[in-house]
Amino acid sequence: MNFVLRRLGFFALTLWAALTLNFALPRMMPGNPALAVIANHRGALNPQALKVIEAQFGIGHQNIVSQYFSYLGDVFTFKFGVSLTTQPGVSVGRIVLDAIPWTLGLVGLTTILAFLLGTGIGIVGAWHRGGRLDSIMPPIFVIMTVIPYFWIGLILILIFGVKLHWLPYFFTYNFTLTPGLNLAFIGNVLEHAILPAFTLLITTIGTWILTMRNTMITTLAEDYVRMARAKGLPGHRIMLDYAARNAILPNLTGFAMSLGFVVGGAILIELVFNYEGVGWLLLQAVNNDDYPLMQALFLLITAAVLVAILLSDVVTAILDPRTRAAR
Amino acid sequence: MATLAPGGPGSASESGQGTIALTPGGGLMPQGGGITGARSLRRMTRAIRSNGKATVGLALLVLFCLVALFPGVIARDNPSAEIYGRTLSPSARHLLGTTAFGQDIFAQVIYGTRPVLLIALGVGLGATIVATLIGVAAAYLGGVWDGVLGLITDVLLVIPAFPLLIVIASYLHGATTGVLIAVVTLVSWSYTARQLRSQALSLRGRDFLEAARVRGERSLYIIVVEIIPTMTSLLVASFLTNALYAVLFSSSLQFIGLGDPNTVSWGTMLYWAENEEAFQTGQVLWIIVPGLCIVALGAAFALLNYAFDEIGNPALRPVRSMRGKRVNRTR
Amino acid sequence: MQPAGPVLTVHDLCVEYATEGGTVRAVDKVSFDLAPGEFLGIVGESGCGKSTLLFAVAQLLAPPAAITAGSVIFRGQSMVGLTDRQLASVRWKDLSVVMQSAMNALNPVKSIGAQFKDAMRAHGVTSKQQIAERSAEVLRMVGIDPVHLKSYPHQLSGGMRQRSMIAMALLLTPELVIMDEPTSALDVVAQRSLMVQIKELQEQLGFAMIFVTHDMSLVSHFSDRLMVMYAGLVDEFGPTRQVFDSPQHPYTIGLMEAFPSIRGPRVPLTGIPGSPPNLASPPPGCRFAPRCPKVFARCREESPELYHVNGTLVRCFLHADGGAGHG
Repeated sequence: MNFVLRRLGFFALTLWAALTLNFALPRMMPGNPALAVIANHRGALNPQALKVIEAQFGIGHQNIVSQYFSYLGDVFTFKFGVSLTTQPGVSVGRIVLDAIPWTLGLVGLTTILAFLLGTGIGIVGAWHRGGRLDSIMPPIFVIMTVIPYFWIGLILILIFGVKLHWLPYFFTYNFTLTPGLNLAFIGNVLEHAILPAFTLLITTIGTWILTMRNTMITTLAEDYVRMARAKGLPGHRIMLDYAARNAILPNLTGFAMSLGFVVGGAILIELVFNYEGVGWLLLQAVNNDDYPLMQALFLLITAAVLVAILLSDVVTAILDPRTRAAR
Repeated sequence: MATLAPGGPGSASESGQGTIALTPGGGLMPQGGGITGARSLRRMTRAIRSNGKATVGLALLVLFCLVALFPGVIARDNPSAEIYGRTLSPSARHLLGTTAFGQDIFAQVIYGTRPVLLIALGVGLGATIVATLIGVAAAYLGGVWDGVLGLITDVLLVIPAFPLLIVIASYLHGATTGVLIAVVTLVSWSYTARQLRSQALSLRGRDFLEAARVRGERSLYIIVVEIIPTMTSLLVASFLTNALYAVLFSSSLQFIGLGDPNTVSWGTMLYWAENEEAFQTGQVLWIIVPGLCIVALGAAFALLNYAFDEIGNPALRPVRSMRGKRVNRTR
Repeated sequence: MQPAGPVLTVHDLCVEYATEGGTVRAVDKVSFDLAPGEFLGIVGESGCGKSTLLFAVAQLLAPPAAITAGSVIFRGQSMVGLTDRQLASVRWKDLSVVMQSAMNALNPVKSIGAQFKDAMRAHGVTSKQQIAERSAEVLRMVGIDPVHLKSYPHQLSGGMRQRSMIAMALLLTPELVIMDEPTSALDVVAQRSLMVQIKELQEQLGFAMIFVTHDMSLVSHFSDRLMVMYAGLVDEFGPTRQVFDSPQHPYTIGLMEAFPSIRGPRVPLTGIPGSPPNLASPPPGCRFAPRCPKVFARCREESPELYHVNGTLVRCFLHADGGAGHG
C-alpha cells in the first residue's frame, strides 16, 4: 500500500511538472509566440474560452501568480480552452476526444502485441542459446531498432501502397463511408490500420526481443535455474516458470520507460499515414500554431504514459512478491 | 548478476556491471565495477578487433566521420544550389538524381552528413556530461540532495521525450543545429543519470573509496579520480546510446518540419521529399537514400553499443561450440 | 531393492572450462567409489575444483564447462552425455542437490511450497493431499513449521532457507544427496547445529552423501571418508579419522595446522604461503611443489600419482617408495 501511494504521489508530481512546463514555456520563449496567434484569432473566442486561454498563456491583467493558479484550476475542471486555428472556436476537449479512440486502438493494441510477441521470441531465442536463430537474431534486431519510425512507414507505403496498390495508406477510413458498427465500416477501418500497425510493430518489436533475450541469458545463469534442472523439471517449465518469470521483471520496468519512445514513434507514424489520431492532431496543432490544442495534447500524452507506467507497476507487483513486501 | 563459476565462492557481483572472471586456481583477474586503466584499454582494443559487430560499427562510424570532415572531396556539386534540372533521374552526372527544386541529391546526402554527426556527437557528449555530474553528485552527496536531484531526474525521465521536444521546438519555430543539440540533450540526460547514479551508489560503500576518504582526499578528488574511471564502460555506453537517439530524434524533428528547413541534413531532405510528394513523382531515391544513411549511422552506434555490452558482460557473448566434448545438453 | 555395489562410481573424471585464455582443467582424473549410506567429505580451498566436481557428478555443468573424460556411474547407469530429459527420471528421485546459497538457489518469485510441489509433480506425485503431507513432513524433519510453505524465500531467515533447501532435497528420499557448502552462509553456531541435523537425517533415512566444504574441521566429525583436493587433483583420500589424526600429504598437514583446536596445547598458527597455481598453465611436476615445505628435486620434474599408505591414498613422492605403485 505504501508503495502504491508513493508511486501515485510521484505521478501527481510529474503531472504537476508537465503542467508547469506548459505554463512556463510560452512565457520563456522570446516574444511569447502565443500572444500573436491569440491576437489574430480573438474574434473566434467566446469570453469564457478567452479567460482560460489568457490564464494559460499570460495575456491579460492578472499577475503571474494568479495566472498560474487560474491555469491550474482550469485544468482540474477540464477547461482547456478552444482551438485557435485548427478548428476555430471548437472546444479543445471535444477535438481531442474525437481523436483518442483511433490512437488507443492503433497504438495501444499494437504496442501490447509487439511486447508480447517480442518477449516471447526473446525467451525462446535465449533458451536455444547457440542455435542458428540466436546468432543471427541480435545483429538483425539491433539494426531494426535504429530504423526511423517514419522512414519505414514511407518505405512500406511505397511498396504496398504506391507500387502494389494492396493497402490504403491515408486516413483512418475511407471518408465516403458513413461510420457505423457494420461490417463494411469496421472492415475498412481495419484495412486502413494494417500498414500503420505493421510499421509500429516492426519498429518496436526489436527492442523487446533484444532486452528480453539479454535478461533471459543472465537469468539462465542463476543458481535457481540450475537448481530447477537438478530437480529434473521439464524444459518448458524451467524456461517459463523459473527463468522467464524472473527475467521479465526488469523488462516490465523497461517497458514503462520505453513508452515515451513508443509514443514518439506513434506520432510520426500517424503523420506519415495521415492517421487522424492524437499524434497527428498534435502535429496539426504545431503546424497551425494552435497552442491551446497543442498543450492539451501534451498533457494528455503525458498522462497516458503515466497511466501505462502505473499499470506495469501493478503487473510487476503481481508477478514479484518481493515488491509486495511493505517497505 | 551473471556468474560463470559453478555457484561457489568467488562470485561477487555488482549491480549493473556484474562480471566475474573464472578463478579456478586463481588464474584470471577479478574485475571491479567496470573496466579501468591502460591495461583495460589494451584489452578493449583487442576485444573490439575480435568482435565482429564492433568492427563493423567502428568502420561505419569512421566512414561517416570522414565524409563529414571532407564532403567537398566526394561530392563536387553545391548541395543547396537549385541550379540543376529538376527531378532528374539518376545519371552519371547526378548519381542519385535531383530534387524537385533542382538540387543534386548525392551532394545533399554527402554534405548532410556533417550536421547529423555534429548533433550525434554533441548530444552524446553533452548528455553524458550532464548525466555524470548529476548522477554521481546525487549518489555521492546523498540525503536531501540525492532526493531532490533524483526526483528531478525521474520526473524528466517519465515525461515523454519526443512530445516535449515537439512542444519546445514548436515554440522556437524551428531549431538550428546548435539549438537541436541543446534541446535534445535536455530531454536525453535523465536516463543515463539514473544508471550512473545506481552504479555510483553501489560503489559508494566500497573499500577503495573508504581508503581514499581516510587518506584525507577531498570529495571532488574522490569523485573525479576514483569513482568516474571505474564507470568507464557505462560512460561509453551512455555516449553511444545518446548519440544514437540524438540521430533519430533530430531527424524526426526535421522530418516534421521543426528543424531548420534551410540546413541541408538527412532529416530535412526527407522533409522536403515528403512535402514534394516524392513517391508520387517517382523520386524514390530522394526518400530512400537519406533514410538508409540514418539507419547506417544509427546501426554503427547501436552495433558498437551492443558489442561493448558483450565485452563488459561475458555471459552475453556467443557461446563457443564444444566440439568433441561430452556436454549435457538441455534438449 | 538397492543394488549391492557402490551407489556411485566416478572414474578418472576430467572437467575442462573453455576460456579466452585457453582450456582450463578444473578437475583432473578424479576417481572414487561411494557405498550406500556413506558420508564422503570433500575439502579444499577456493578454486580447487571441488564444486566443479560436484556439479559434474550431478550433470549440472553448463558451457563453457564440460566433462571431457572419465565416467560417472550412478546405480549402475552411466550419466555422462545424457540429455536433461534422459536424466529427469533419476534426478531428485535418486540424486538430489543442495546448493551453497539458498538465497540464490531458490526461485525468488515462488513460494517454498510451490517449489516443493514442482519437484514432486515432475516425478509423478500428483495428488494434492500427498504433496501437502509430504511437504509438511520434510519441513518438520528439518525443524521448520510447515506454515512456512506459503512463505517466499526472502521472507525466511538465512538458516531457515538453508534448511528448507535440505528439506526439499529429501522430498523423494533419494539415495544420494550432494551438498555444496550448505553451511558457509551461516554463523558458527548455526553451522554446527545444521551439521548435527544433517548427520541425524542421514542416519535416519540412510542416504549416501557427498559434502563439499572448505572447512575441514566441520566435516571431520561426521564423514566416513575424507577427500582432500588441490588444484583439481585428489591429494589425499582415506577414512576420515585416519586422515585427520595422521595426515600424510604436506598440504593436508598444512590445512590441519591452519585450524586451531579449542582444546589442547597452544601452538603457533601457521598458514600455507603462496597461492594456488594458474590452471590454464599448471606447473610441471607436482602442483603443490611451489608451496610445499618438504619439496625436493623430483617434485618439480614429475607429477606424482596416488600412492597407498595404510589404507589412505596420497599424491606425494614422499610416499612413493613405501607402498609402490599407484591407486
